[in-house]
Amino acid sequence: MSAQAQLSELLDGCRALIEDPEFPAVRRWLEANRDGRVLGHFQVYFPEEIAHAAGMLPIKIAGGGTRVQIRQADARIAAFVCSIIRSSLELGLSGRLDFLSMFVTHPICDAARNSCGVWARNYPTMRCQVLYFPHNARSAHAVPYLRDEYERIAHIVEEIAGRRITDEALRASIALFNENRALLRELYRMKRETPWLVTSVEAHILARAAGLMPREEHNALMRRALELLAERDAKPQDKVRVVFEGGFCEQPPLDMLAVIQDACYVVDDDLLIGLRWLTDDVPTEGDPMTELARAYFDRSSYSPVQRDPSKPKERMLIERIQSAKADAAIVAAAKMCEPGLEEQVAYSRALDEARIPHLVLEFEEKMTVFEQVRMEVETFAESLLFEFA
Amino acid sequence: MTEADASTRTAASGDRAAAPHAELIGATRSESHRLIESWWQELTESEQSGRPVANVFVMGSLAEILRSFDIPMSFPEITGLQTAVRGRSMEYLLAAEDYGYSPDICGYVKVDVGLHLTGREHPNGRLPEPALAIAANTCTTYIKWAEIWERMYGCPVFVLDLPGWRGSGSGPGAEDETFRNDVRYVEGQLRELIALCEELTGKPFDVDRLREVMGEVNLLAGLYRDVIAENKHHPAPFNAMLDGINYMGIANAYRGHPEGSRFMRVALAELRERVRLGMGAIPEEKFRLLGVGPACYAQFRRFLELFAEWGGVFVHSEYMGYAGGGIDEGIEYDLDRPVESLAEQILLTSVRRMSGGIFFSQEWQAEVVREWDIDGICFHGVKSCRTVSTGQPDVREWQMRNHDTPGLFIQSDLVDGRLWSEAQIKNRIDAFFEALASRKAALRR
Repeated sequence: MSAQAQLSELLDGCRALIEDPEFPAVRRWLEANRDGRVLGHFQVYFPEEIAHAAGMLPIKIAGGGTRVQIRQADARIAAFVCSIIRSSLELGLSGRLDFLSMFVTHPICDAARNSCGVWARNYPTMRCQVLYFPHNARSAHAVPYLRDEYERIAHIVEEIAGRRITDEALRASIALFNENRALLRELYRMKRETPWLVTSVEAHILARAAGLMPREEHNALMRRALELLAERDAKPQDKVRVVFEGGFCEQPPLDMLAVIQDACYVVDDDLLIGLRWLTDDVPTEGDPMTELARAYFDRSSYSPVQRDPSKPKERMLIERIQSAKADAAIVAAAKMCEPGLEEQVAYSRALDEARIPHLVLEFEEKMTVFEQVRMEVETFAESLLFEFA
Repeated sequence: MTEADASTRTAASGDRAAAPHAELIGATRSESHRLIESWWQELTESEQSGRPVANVFVMGSLAEILRSFDIPMSFPEITGLQTAVRGRSMEYLLAAEDYGYSPDICGYVKVDVGLHLTGREHPNGRLPEPALAIAANTCTTYIKWAEIWERMYGCPVFVLDLPGWRGSGSGPGAEDETFRNDVRYVEGQLRELIALCEELTGKPFDVDRLREVMGEVNLLAGLYRDVIAENKHHPAPFNAMLDGINYMGIANAYRGHPEGSRFMRVALAELRERVRLGMGAIPEEKFRLLGVGPACYAQFRRFLELFAEWGGVFVHSEYMGYAGGGIDEGIEYDLDRPVESLAEQILLTSVRRMSGGIFFSQEWQAEVVREWDIDGICFHGVKSCRTVSTGQPDVREWQMRNHDTPGLFIQSDLVDGRLWSEAQIKNRIDAFFEALASRKAALRR
């Protein structure tokens, strides 16, 4: 089989995986691990190493996209809550997540935090937890607090898994996830430096698969994918280089990303930023739980759902645009997403001030019609091409 | 119904012949007006004199610390609500939307942004420029909101992390290791805020002044709890969704101030007099309701009328708990170790009343239904506030399934009149009361 055919097969497999709401990779893992336990964590970031070190399979609960019709969740959650909260619950209520032993959500927004109450009422036997990440990020007490909070979650994980989390096991898991993050960084380096080798959709499905399969398998998949992508016979095109911002939680449909990539090179983005939240290796020396907690603050990205005065979000976005050598930005927000929509105004104003062209978009994971988006993106890209010509 | 409840039902009847204390009836409302005016006056004068003002929120205001430094507090949720009750919220909403804010975000945020964008002229007075903003994570929108002031004015933003309800099987207790860890974190943050206030005001921290303020909060919280308990009587002497707003407003704006507890004494005296006279909140109480979620303040009178027309009175509201600053079940600060005790108590109120008390409150509601002899629960989901609205339909379902408690779920908004659909809301309310009436009739048979 040619390298190109191998790459197509690999990418098709990833796409099928992320579009299948039945979690096939998880079910395969459970078949091979009869006593295995699965932990589902809602967006944005979760220290998956803790679950992995206890032998559990951590997976990302990130909505149902266009493949899940919301039937039962609408009767449980108010109508003006974003789609990802409702479709994630629908995955559960429809029985697709019956393998979960634990569900963790976070105070990223009021709807996400409060959804824990809905999950806990509907799954009285499942451990449904809120992991309180600090928003007072520069308090001298934030790191010790977060370490304690990780320890609390670890105790519950140990109870469920029936296995103690030793420092050695946690360090080994950190090393495994460090490798995964390094591979994702390499993928994003490729996006920035040679965007003609990997499209926005391809990069997204490769990254998204990380949250749906054992990380050991994903590391192997990523290594192969990066080799094949590097060998790709593709030529640069005359396209505008943009950064896409606004995909930190609810994910835009793949077809929307396809519409954007038709007109632009998306050279960086915040899609599934939780998988790339830690921007550097977590040290495998010292107390591993403390190192994980410290990395959350000091080796990390930014998003509208974390308050950190040392990382003003507008400045971080401008840095992302500049370091990606982008010409412009697409500043998107998911419909009904309170933090995203609020940040969108600040981003837009800051980009105006910095004279960085940008397009403001709104999306929903279950969108199926993209003509309007296509028209807006094409007009935006064309206007920039004329401007730069 | 407990024996104590039975006695509260009949207590009123024995002494009705005695002459009413006319000066008590209506005293609460007059006092409330006076105190709110005085609060506004302080805010306006602070702006003029350059005295630093803190923008704070009702859930986690940290009034105890701010008042000990003599820093006035502006509550944008209260000032936002006031614009809606006065029929002025729309102009501020539109100003914020013109600036770029989405129709789908919190209306309180937009009213406040609109006020700041249009010169801070509020129907009640002039809003001061914040010198400090305090945002607890009790509502994550608070944090985004405070960041807006940070961008507008460059004021310091102090975010207070209060780890709240953790999930199934959790509950705070002093013996719990997680609780002890959380107290350490919160106490550490409080000491950092104290240092920030010292820097802002140039005044050294006075622990005795903090004790005084906390002692006042102890008094206020006990009285507030007693006020709410008066509505166990039949008929209920106040409407929790109407009069409750006054009690909550004062409980927040005057938390830790002697005027706060004095006001609650006035309210309690009036309520007891009303109970003695058999004066209900509405002319003929037929249905006793628990309110979950706030009212629609952009259509406040109409919102209440739709219930009152059926003889429905809100005898309790979940809102009086969390939006009253979490003091509805009382607070007992230990004044011998003030900062540590403050950390413990705000954590407990955060877990019990402001996080679990909002999104895992079904057992609390069930207890209130029993204790306040409630016929049904009205869940009012507001688009502005995912904090209070997200899981309401699920809780309604849970109450019906587990306790056979009838529930009504309606949706509109706090301050955005565009989301008020009268015909639809009226239809649902009417149908709910018809069902309640049939149910009562069946029970009588």
